[in-house]
Amino acid sequence: MAFAAFSHGGGGKKSAAPVSKGNGKVALLLLLPGLLYLAVFFIAPLISLVATSLQTMDISSGFPVYSYGFQVSNYVDVVTQYGPQIFRSFFYALLATVAALIISYPLAYFIGVKARRWPLLQGLMLTLVIAPFFISFLLRTFAWKQIFSNESWIVGLLQQIGLLAPDQYLVGTPFMVIFGLTYNFIPFMTLPLYTTLERLDVRYLEAGADLYASPRKTFTKITLPLSMPGIVSGTLLTFIPIAGDYVNASGLFLGSTETSMLGNVVESKFLKSYEYPTASALSVILMGAILFLVTLYVRKSGTDDLL
Amino acid sequence: MKNFSLGKYALPVYAVLAFTYLLIPIAYTFVFSFNDYRRSNIAWRGFTLDNWASVCEAQGVCEAFGTSVTIGVISTLIATVLGTMIAIALVRYRFKFRSAVSLLLFLPMATPELVLGAGLAAQFFNVGAEMGFGTIVIAHVMFCLSFVVVTVKARVASLDPALEEAGRDLYASPSQVFWKITFPLLLPGIMAAALLAFALSFDDFIITYFNSGPTETFPKYVYTAAAKGLPGEANVIGMSVFFLAIAIVVTVQVRSSLKAKRLAKIK
Repeated sequence: MAFAAFSHGGGGKKSAAPVSKGNGKVALLLLLPGLLYLAVFFIAPLISLVATSLQTMDISSGFPVYSYGFQVSNYVDVVTQYGPQIFRSFFYALLATVAALIISYPLAYFIGVKARRWPLLQGLMLTLVIAPFFISFLLRTFAWKQIFSNESWIVGLLQQIGLLAPDQYLVGTPFMVIFGLTYNFIPFMTLPLYTTLERLDVRYLEAGADLYASPRKTFTKITLPLSMPGIVSGTLLTFIPIAGDYVNASGLFLGSTETSMLGNVVESKFLKSYEYPTASALSVILMGAILFLVTLYVRKSGTDDLL
Repeated sequence: MKNFSLGKYALPVYAVLAFTYLLIPIAYTFVFSFNDYRRSNIAWRGFTLDNWASVCEAQGVCEAFGTSVTIGVISTLIATVLGTMIAIALVRYRFKFRSAVSLLLFLPMATPELVLGAGLAAQFFNVGAEMGFGTIVIAHVMFCLSFVVVTVKARVASLDPALEEAGRDLYASPSQVFWKITFPLLLPGIMAAALLAFALSFDDFIITYFNSGPTETFPKYVYTAAAKGLPGEANVIGMSVFFLAIAIVVTVQVRSSLKAKRLAKIK
């Protein structure tokens, strides 16, 4: 949604003529407080993060003391030490994003195209899609943990029919973490998909059918290309938060030490062992990788105007 | 029924299944808010209304909830005022560095919360600020701001400038034009933005956890309590918020659909 909203503004929106021509002072006064706020509490912290990631650590006095430096080797250390966690972050995010897309697409299609004749039903279904947002993120994740807990009948059943070995459980496995990540971010995928599919002109589909295209061909040649903007914003809106998540993979929730992601390392380094440079370097790596991937992805999918 | 095809029923059936999947954890949380739990709220031990009747019995739940509401209200007020100002400027004025401003507003939404949280925490740590209530509010305003701008901007863009011109033609002063025409027309957008900001603030855990110090918000309470087992009272609070939010959304939807019907009749 956010991405789509920004694409509508910017250059294209010049129809609303400036109210007071040449009144740059008013514009400045309106912009300044908010932009200053972002400069101080968004930009400066990012710079701070990079600076902290390059600090040197001295533990000769018994507890760690940090001083500003240019310790680029921090990054080398972090990547060699936490390679698996970094890999898991992006791998799990990829799998969960694909799963969310597969689950969301038919649902968004049903709400946006098939249910068009009944606006009230459409509204009700959209409310159901965002319903998980209204219950705390942590509560719903915790609920899944309990539903699939080792003592639950579901796990018992799976063990009985042989899908799980008698000593195998679900909580703490990569499957469970990806399951939780997928569930938690599905609304971020469904909503942008719905927004584009809602505007899909069904006459194109009829035209396709009239020209003897099979339903599958109509889908791959017409529906899918036309819903690309929704797919791009949906995948970005799910992938980015998932890659930085540390709740689902945490041992307190659906994960274990074998599933810990980049976020879990940052959390424990920052809040438990106070290794700020390590935590900061990992955060910078996450930010850099995401910026790189997003730029690449947006270029590839030919939706440059998104930014 | 010659044309009976699986395809016709596949999508509705799928939708029902998908909604069931989306609602399972909510139903679970609701059911277990009535559990007569002892030390942990995992196994079903019998039906009780005690958790609902005395929510504040469980230690810290109500305090955490109160803190979350207070932080939500303060952050929402600040973010909504700052964001609305920016939204108006973006649509109504042409200025240099416009795309730079857009980028600056877009970036916080594209940055993982983890990075926002850790960055701010590193900053607070470097300047030696004490973490607590104030630092949480600062963080929440920061990440709500862009969402407010996006939401209000859509409303400003759809506003017909002719209405304001008419006001000026009738010799209204700029402030009269703003408060009598622009602001009332923007109000639905501003309200929507404020609700979104409150929801984002109330439910935030990832950023809050890094910048909260000893202050306990509701999500943080759930996170800490998860280790030893969550009391049923936490479910009660979660469900109350859920029902309240659903009520607001349904009211808004019904009202706007009634309005659409009335407009259709006029035409």
